[in-house]
Amino acid sequence: MDVPVHFFLMLSAAMFFIGVFGFIIRRNMITLLMAVELMLNAVNINFVVFNRFLYPDYFEGFFFALFAIAIAAAETSVAIAIIINVYRKIRSIEADDVAEMKH
Amino acid sequence: MNVLSLFVLVPVLTIVAMVLVRNAAQVRVTAAVGSVLQFILSVGLVLFYLAERRAGNMDEMILVHDTVWYAPLNIHYTVGVDGVSVAMILLTAIVVMAGVFASWKLEPLTREFFVSLILLATGVFGFFISIDLFTMFLFYELAVIPMYLLIGIWGSGPKEYSAMKLTLMLMGGSALLLVGILAIYFSSGNGLGQSMNILELSKMHIPLEAQRWIFPLTFLGFGVLGALFPFHTWSPDGHASAPTAVSMLHAGVLMKLGGYGCFRVAIFLMPEGAHELAWIFLILTGVSVVYGAFGAIVQKDLKYINAYSSVSHCGLVLFALLMLNQTAMNGAILQMISHGLMTALFFALIGMIYGRTHTRNIYEMGGLMKVIPFLSVCYVIAGLASLGLPGLSGFVAEMTIFFGAFQHADTFHRVLTIAACCSIVITAVYILRVVGTLLYGSVRNPHFAEFKDASWFERSSTLILITAIAGIGLFPLWLSSMIGDSLAPVVSRLISLL
Amino acid sequence: MIFSLAIWILALPLMMFLFLGLAGHKLKPATAGILGTAGLGVVALLSYTVAAVYFFGPSREGGLQPEVLFSFDWLHFTDQLQVKLGFLLDPISAMMLVVVSTVSFAVHLYSNGYMHGERGFQRFYAFLSLFTFSMMGLVVATNIFQMYIFWELVGVSSYLLIGFYYEKPSAILASKKAFIVTRFADLGFLIGILVLSYYAQTFDFITLTSLEGPVIGHPVGATFLGVSVLTWALVLIFMGGAGKSAMFPLHIWLPDAMEGPTPVSALIHAATMVVAGVYLVARLFPVYVLAAPDALMVVAYTGGFTALFAAVIACTQNDIKRVLAFSTMSQLGYMMLALGVSGYGGHDGLGFMASMFHLFTHAMFKALLFLGAGAIIHAVHSNFMTDMGGLRKHLPITHITFLLACLAIAGIPPLSGFFSKDEILVAAFHSNKLLFFVAYAVSGITAFYMFRLYYNIFWGVRREYPHPPHEAPLSMSLPLMILAAATIFAGFIPFAQLVTSDGQPFEIHTEWVVAVPAVLIGLTGILVATLMYKSEKTLPDRVAAFFGPLYRWASRKFYFDELYMFITKRILFNKVSSPVAWFDRHIVDGFMNLLAYLAQRSSFLIRGLQSGHIQGYVFVFVLGAVLLSAYMLLFVTL
Repeated sequence: MDVPVHFFLMLSAAMFFIGVFGFIIRRNMITLLMAVELMLNAVNINFVVFNRFLYPDYFEGFFFALFAIAIAAAETSVAIAIIINVYRKIRSIEADDVAEMKH
Repeated sequence: MNVLSLFVLVPVLTIVAMVLVRNAAQVRVTAAVGSVLQFILSVGLVLFYLAERRAGNMDEMILVHDTVWYAPLNIHYTVGVDGVSVAMILLTAIVVMAGVFASWKLEPLTREFFVSLILLATGVFGFFISIDLFTMFLFYELAVIPMYLLIGIWGSGPKEYSAMKLTLMLMGGSALLLVGILAIYFSSGNGLGQSMNILELSKMHIPLEAQRWIFPLTFLGFGVLGALFPFHTWSPDGHASAPTAVSMLHAGVLMKLGGYGCFRVAIFLMPEGAHELAWIFLILTGVSVVYGAFGAIVQKDLKYINAYSSVSHCGLVLFALLMLNQTAMNGAILQMISHGLMTALFFALIGMIYGRTHTRNIYEMGGLMKVIPFLSVCYVIAGLASLGLPGLSGFVAEMTIFFGAFQHADTFHRVLTIAACCSIVITAVYILRVVGTLLYGSVRNPHFAEFKDASWFERSSTLILITAIAGIGLFPLWLSSMIGDSLAPVVSRLISLL
Repeated sequence: MIFSLAIWILALPLMMFLFLGLAGHKLKPATAGILGTAGLGVVALLSYTVAAVYFFGPSREGGLQPEVLFSFDWLHFTDQLQVKLGFLLDPISAMMLVVVSTVSFAVHLYSNGYMHGERGFQRFYAFLSLFTFSMMGLVVATNIFQMYIFWELVGVSSYLLIGFYYEKPSAILASKKAFIVTRFADLGFLIGILVLSYYAQTFDFITLTSLEGPVIGHPVGATFLGVSVLTWALVLIFMGGAGKSAMFPLHIWLPDAMEGPTPVSALIHAATMVVAGVYLVARLFPVYVLAAPDALMVVAYTGGFTALFAAVIACTQNDIKRVLAFSTMSQLGYMMLALGVSGYGGHDGLGFMASMFHLFTHAMFKALLFLGAGAIIHAVHSNFMTDMGGLRKHLPITHITFLLACLAIAGIPPLSGFFSKDEILVAAFHSNKLLFFVAYAVSGITAFYMFRLYYNIFWGVRREYPHPPHEAPLSMSLPLMILAAATIFAGFIPFAQLVTSDGQPFEIHTEWVVAVPAVLIGLTGILVATLMYKSEKTLPDRVAAFFGPLYRWASRKFYFDELYMFITKRILFNKVSSPVAWFDRHIVDGFMNLLAYLAQRSSFLIRGLQSGHIQGYVFVFVLGAVLLSAYMLLFVTL
């Protein structure tokens, strides 16, 4: 049974904009991270779907998605490390509270 | 390697040595050795130059050397000297040497201070030896930037404000200058074989339409540094806040970059533009001369008096350059040298007096002649040089300017010349006012009686400058003909173009 | 031979100045004094020799021609205008050498006693040497620019010497005033030189004054405001001379200059520097008389007016040095007047000769008067004649010499003043009757105020002095006697044979029509003074009351000091300089600060855009992306 391509695209668009929305309105850094992950994974879905539907003989899309997942994992670990450090320092993970470096 | 590059190399090596040595005392000695070495080099250069000329070398510039620096953008490092730059190099060496001695006891951050000071000197020397517009501009910026640190860190009074004002105004000037230099580059040689080399540029013809707008740009750009009215206001504040040696170098040498640049770039390369537009700037500089002198009359702070007097004297430099004849331009160069020496002497003495009295308000002092006779006599000599006493350098320079300027037979130039002459009376008024209030009279403040007269380094600093002032004042002919010989080709080209 | 002598006339005082100035404080005062005096003695002998060789030597045939002993290049302005420093010997410079060295020697000698024990004794001698050097250089100048150089140098020596007592406020003010007023006059001189040299294309005196030269032979036609530029130039040059010679209206510095030590007043402000203006006009005399007679008229009338003006003020002053100062002004006016009425060549040049003659005799007797006044001040420690009286018993030598000088200045034969004054009167009589009567009047007033001074000091009321006055030491009385001898005998020098306008000697005849009334007028002046002041009476007060406002104005020097004060303080200082300084700080600098302020304000306005909120940035970014996509979708057809 074949699922039409626009289903996938609608799913990825929805995920992406949920991510954007979350990134803009949330203040908690963990949530921000989750929003970023949502956006990244929306893009990954696109990669995989386009690869599968447009160029079934090639695998660049899959590989790129794998790369993005690996990089996202690394990035998340760095971000979590920073957030933990920030939390130790100011006892908060609200993004607005970390304004010390601005001035 | 070219001999002239030594003039940049020696200060750079001095800086390196100062960074490496152990303590402040060694830093001082290193700075002194470096500056004395530089002075010996300059004297050698003058002698070499005179010998070359006597041997019949009539090249416009000697010791010319050209290295390609960055070929894609046609940037060269080109050096060379003529009589004018040789004279300016000698002036710089003398003032730097005196400045190092004058700031012998400076604290804190002695090492950093001397490094910045010598860095500034490097820029100045580099500026005077280069004949490539790019190199020139580079060294110009190198000379202006340390000034910000020197005033901002070691200054007094509202030092941050003054340093910022001075740097911003000078940077504003150099922005105009950069546009001017690029415009010269792109309008030279009709798009083929463009050059930044002053010697080559002077042989190419920059179209008159281009000269009309490039000349004011470059003249203003350098004029800001030369305290051209109404862009002179950085000078009183800057000088008042700057530490002694910095005032000395700034008024004595750095302001001369302005006059020299006006001559070497604006007038040298764009004679027709200069001829057409001189009248605007003649009015401005004529105003500077009288205005600065009047401004000095009512000041109470010694440094402000001197800063306004510098506006007047430097105005005379630009005024004479714009007269565009050999005698007046010769006078302008002489005036740069003379003003450099005597204003350096003034600032050195003001620093020494301030170091004792902790005030620069002339009404709070008095009777210094009795307590510190050596410094007071030096101050009188500086004052007499400033008001143009024969036998000291100021007279030679001013007279050359007046006689040169008067060679123009039209009323406009005559009236301006006579107005400029009037400044000698006003100068006498403010100089004698200071001398009378500051040095003469009775000692009003009892703790003044405990002052010690000049120490050995203060004496050497002032004596170096006084010797130079009197030397030029008594035997001006060699200097004036050395400068005159180098001006002759410039002036003859000017005449042939018009 | 004469060259090697002449160079020492300049070199010795200069070396003395440098030595005493640099190393003087290490010497004992007495050594410095003796050294200075000995040096000046040698200079005087050299000057006499040079003058004698010039006047009576082999070059005498065919009139006295100017000779340049040496000259070297100092500075080149243009190819034509080159400044040389040299030594010009001609009748007037040879005469001036004698005057300057004699008076200077007398003053050097005198100062050993007068300045004894003063702080800065060595400095005083150093300055005296500097002055002598500068004055000698001025006198022997070969060109007008050299003269200007030394002119400024004498100005500064005068400044330093007037301000010698630098702790005394009045001395500081006086020195400042003297320098600035003469500097203002020198501005005129400088502009005059600029104009003259531009048209003549030379500085050289011999070329300037030669009859075939560029100025006299081919005068320029250029005019400015309807007057020939040459006249302008010469009037401006005269302005310089008027400043140095204290001619009205640039006279105000001279009375104040009396704040300096008295020997300085004798040397600089009576005998030598103040005659520099007269000397300058005499130096350029052929140019004045042949090429710009209008300028010469200015000289004559300025001289005549100053002579009268100063003489009137002198009658009302109480400070004895100021009386002498006004008398100097008046006599300088006389000399200018004589030059002004003179013609050129032979007997026509009588006025020129008379002026130089009077310069010579006046230098002697005025120096004598000042040195005498110094001896008196030394004895009673006051400058005011109200503190004096009956001193003839205490100071016999001073009394006799002072009296001789008073008689000389009053023009009583056979003293020197009679001869020189007589020549001036004769010259004026033949050319300008108005100035002639002015000169007559001045001669009477001069006799009156000199004897008013004399009687008030030596006769009049006999006072009790806190310290009994005593005669000055030999070092002070010897110069008095030397100068007294000169005062007596200088009149017999045959000036018409030596110093004439064109170098050719001529014969003079005493014109009794002029001379006899002149002597009578002088005697009348003395008689009136005798009646009024010989013994204490109320007559002087009644006379003063009779003249009422005139007396009051004269005693306040016609309020010229106040006028100048008003112009400088009120107008230049308050109405020009202060507004300039304000304008600079608030308008020019204010504009720069305004620019900085505007830049700062505008950056404040837009700085909120860079908030640092990444979410804000993302929002704007996404919004932009969405809007852009919407635009692409709706309006751009791919």
